[in-house]
Amino acid sequence: MENIKYLILITFSLLILSFVMDRGKTIKALKIACKKFRNIFNTFISVIIIISIILVFIPETIISHYITGGNYYLNVFIALIIGSITMIPGFVAFPLSGILLKNGVSYMVISAFTTTLMMVGIITFPIEKKYFGFKVALLRNIVSLIIAILVSISTGILFGEVF
Amino acid sequence: MKRKNFIYYSLIIIYFLFILISFLIDFQPGKKMGMNFRINFIEMIKILPFTFILIGLFEVWVKKETVEKYLGVKSGFIGYILAILLGGTTIGPMIVSLPVAFTLFKKGAKLSIVFTYVGAAAVCRIPMTIFEVSYLGMKFTAIRYLVSIPLIIITSVFLGKYLEKRDYELIEEKL
Repeated sequence: MENIKYLILITFSLLILSFVMDRGKTIKALKIACKKFRNIFNTFISVIIIISIILVFIPETIISHYITGGNYYLNVFIALIIGSITMIPGFVAFPLSGILLKNGVSYMVISAFTTTLMMVGIITFPIEKKYFGFKVALLRNIVSLIIAILVSISTGILFGEVF
Repeated sequence: MKRKNFIYYSLIIIYFLFILISFLIDFQPGKKMGMNFRINFIEMIKILPFTFILIGLFEVWVKKETVEKYLGVKSGFIGYILAILLGGTTIGPMIVSLPVAFTLFKKGAKLSIVFTYVGAAAVCRIPMTIFEVSYLGMKFTAIRYLVSIPLIIITSVFLGKYLEKRDYELIEEKL
């Protein structure tokens, strides 16, 4: 999904343009790209491995099970936690949310789930730490969690689900 | 360091052996794990190389002064708007926006703008939004945008100010 075609097209156009304008600079750019990619590659592989393991323990069916029915606020809370831990690509997460919505899950719960999914990354923390350092990565995630809570509360209010 | 590497590669090998065996003996959880890995790996490998090439080109061609002017200390409100637009057009999850953010910072963008970019890249990527609207509706997405963007800018400003007071530097750790 996410229009990767455009990314590839833009990258190649710029790369060709760059090569025509200055060969040396282009080669230097590619070297920088390789080096940066290599620096993150191991961490990146470990992260996807951990995600693949976690998703076996919390598969989609369990996600649906725990955020449907029962106590309303508890559902929001669980959605926040699951969203913060897992990393699911958008093309899986949104159809799942669509199904949950049809099954009667509230907008507030879905908002909590999708917003934390996008903004808070417990599993991707090792990667974030590499760029921002431990303290800042932690601060950014805490702030993001608070934003996600506020977004889901607003969603709940504006859809008339709470108050 | 050597020891750490040894453990790392052993675990990776064990993981892939486990997946391989799971497929051979038809062990469902192991197969599921392999599928999960495949989905995320393909998703990433389609995006990351191109992102890093763009980052490389950016580092080589864009002058520090240009970034400083538009996203630096003196950029003002326009800087935040640019950061949000840049975030909105970023493709892929946070793994992509982090190295971009790092490069922006190294080129002279100020911290609050860097954090705004990371936040925007998380919540308002345009391609993802189109997908979201089709499943969850316009109202849902509109609320999410209108609440999260101002909050992202405000918290980024505070976080940036707080860290600048402490002379914070972003460092790219080496493994």
